Amino acid sequence: MAEKMELNEVEVWDGNMAASQALRQAQIDVVAAYPITPSTPVVQNYGSFLANGYVDGEFVMVESEHAAMSGCVGAAAAGGRVATATSSQGFALMVEVLYQASGMRLPIVLVVVNRALAAPLNVNGDHSDMYLGRDSGWIQLDAYNAQEAYDLTLMAFRIGEDVDIRLPVMVHQDGFITSHTAENVRPLSDDEAYAFIGEYPMVNAMLDLAKPVTYGVQTEEDWHFEHKARQHHDLMTKVFGKVEEVFDAFEKKTGRKYNIVEEYFMDDADVAIVALGTTVDTAAYVAEKLRKEGIKAGVVSPRLIRPWPHAQMMEALKGVKAVACLDRSSPNGAMGMLYNEVAATMYQSDSKPVITNYVYGLGGRDFTVEHAENIYKELAANAEAGKPTTPLQQFIGLRGPKLSFY
Amino acid sequence: MSEIKKIKNLKEFSTSADRFEGANLLCPGCAHSIIVREVLNATHDPLILAASTGCLEVCTAVYPYTSWDNSWIHIGFENGSTAIAGAEAMYKARKRKGKLPKSCEGKTPKFVAFGGDGATYDIGFQWISGCFERGHDMMYVCLDNEVYANTGGQRSSSTPIGASTTTAPAGRVSYGEKMMKKDIVGIMAAHGAPYVAQVAPNKWKDMVKKIQKGFETEGPVFINAMSACTTEWKFAPDDTIAISDLATDSLVFPLYEIENGTKLRITYRPKNKVPVRDYLGAQGRFKHLFKPQYEYLIDEWQKMVDERWEYLQRREEASV
Repeated sequence: MAEKMELNEVEVWDGNMAASQALRQAQIDVVAAYPITPSTPVVQNYGSFLANGYVDGEFVMVESEHAAMSGCVGAAAAGGRVATATSSQGFALMVEVLYQASGMRLPIVLVVVNRALAAPLNVNGDHSDMYLGRDSGWIQLDAYNAQEAYDLTLMAFRIGEDVDIRLPVMVHQDGFITSHTAENVRPLSDDEAYAFIGEYPMVNAMLDLAKPVTYGVQTEEDWHFEHKARQHHDLMTKVFGKVEEVFDAFEKKTGRKYNIVEEYFMDDADVAIVALGTTVDTAAYVAEKLRKEGIKAGVVSPRLIRPWPHAQMMEALKGVKAVACLDRSSPNGAMGMLYNEVAATMYQSDSKPVITNYVYGLGGRDFTVEHAENIYKELAANAEAGKPTTPLQQFIGLRGPKLSFY
Repeated sequence: MSEIKKIKNLKEFSTSADRFEGANLLCPGCAHSIIVREVLNATHDPLILAASTGCLEVCTAVYPYTSWDNSWIHIGFENGSTAIAGAEAMYKARKRKGKLPKSCEGKTPKFVAFGGDGATYDIGFQWISGCFERGHDMMYVCLDNEVYANTGGQRSSSTPIGASTTTAPAGRVSYGEKMMKKDIVGIMAAHGAPYVAQVAPNKWKDMVKKIQKGFETEGPVFINAMSACTTEWKFAPDDTIAISDLATDSLVFPLYEIENGTKLRITYRPKNKVPVRDYLGAQGRFKHLFKPQYEYLIDEWQKMVDERWEYLQRREEASV
């Protein structure tokens, strides 16, 4: 039996430690992992917990990220609690198996410390890997800081392992900006955390010798569609309610409130930034500041990236006149993902804001208060004009000639 | 450790378990199903199984059916080994915590992964190597039919020299596959695995002994099973065992085992050694070698097999 760890009411943890503490408190049975910057410390910390008796699961140091997720799939199908962590190229190498995990309805938790995808090689934070996983059938949650990385990782187990859901969950945090910045984090005690997550509900376990199961079958045109449709249906109809339920239970326990779509200063906002990760806090800081200058600014952020919160997003942006969707990933030949998602959602809304796309922060490039201020000012102009006064897609903080499209 | 299953005769052996159903979509005459039954029937122990993408996988678990009466998983082409390693890790973790399902009480499941030669020699090699280096308590069985049969007969790194395949076809100016078959058994033994063996379905007693020895071994066990492929080797479906006999009796496919990476023992010495020519001549994939311009390769084949046999015997004599 693993020893309990005595934690202070407030601990100074970086985002990686916050995530690994949540994995420890969940008392995972198997971690199969391969290190990659900037998520390496997540599994390193786990190894240290194991070496010191704070966990008693199996730590399988495999030879690649593809094998890490393969081992996780085998272990989860065997019937127990499973988690791992990765970033960037490692995430890309896992992608094949991510689809297998969700298709087999295995509740694995993956801590993704977001980082750019090569080439050129870059170890710093952007959301390219997060976007790469968006069609893989996983539930995707986004943390803006270390506290949230801890909270959401705990909640991820409870959401994914629910017998009605049975889907894998990713918890994202920004590489280095969150993962390597020490902050005050208020943890639950080990007992409280474990009680919140609950025992692993063993369903269709390969280890249940009385009831053999077949995982990973082949389907042809006669059944494949039904399987994929069922998975999509459950994502679109069951996950929102379950996530809300777990968020509510967590609020009752800790007082910390989470929403499927987070809103800051949105009650009477004319202009809004839609963003993910650490940028949300920066934008909220600027919005509060600009309100003193008479710009009714707000911030909207999907806490849940997949399934896409279509209805909640539409509600959050109702009545807003101009919206900027900030994408921290190279659009590589299209408008950014957030722009596309938000535009598609708002096309169905009675209120049709002017929506523009800003690409920023690739490979760890800073996103500053000034950048946010400029965006809000452009939005204010768009709101007043009732049409775009700038190109639909712009790159911000980029050296050299200004890049913009449409 | 569980009790070793006693097997008296072939009839009893072939009907002693129903863990792999005859109801599957494998080609008539496919050696895969014979090998799988021989592996599963060799033990009373409960089994947790994995398969890599390949003929065995696509023919035995087509929704809503399954041919498997033990728990079975397939992920991808390359990672059957790691899937079973993950399941084995879960077993260890839950056992330590006292949280195994009730049905596991008093039982010791064995963990087995099956893969074709493509999944083993080629795309899945890294995963198997990783599993063996980490010492998982598992058995990996390669169903070696020397070709990518599931995708239509492309060469793999197990395809022997001179075979005609869809991506190394014999033609006016080519005798087909140019490369030598990779020595997977030697490579796996070099991992220091506690037990590595080469088996063939026609020598079922030898196979059972080795599988049982493998199940008794703690740590990773590698079994390379010759799996004659009626479709790609091009012989009649009822000749599978006859072709297998030619392979083992010509020593094209010698049967031996290696313990702890070093100690090699030959387990079958044919009383009447058959010329390699007979083995090649019985299969359509080597038909072109009997044309005058390529016939020299048959002699080279014989020389290669003789040299390999000499090497194995010397390794055995050295007993190191």
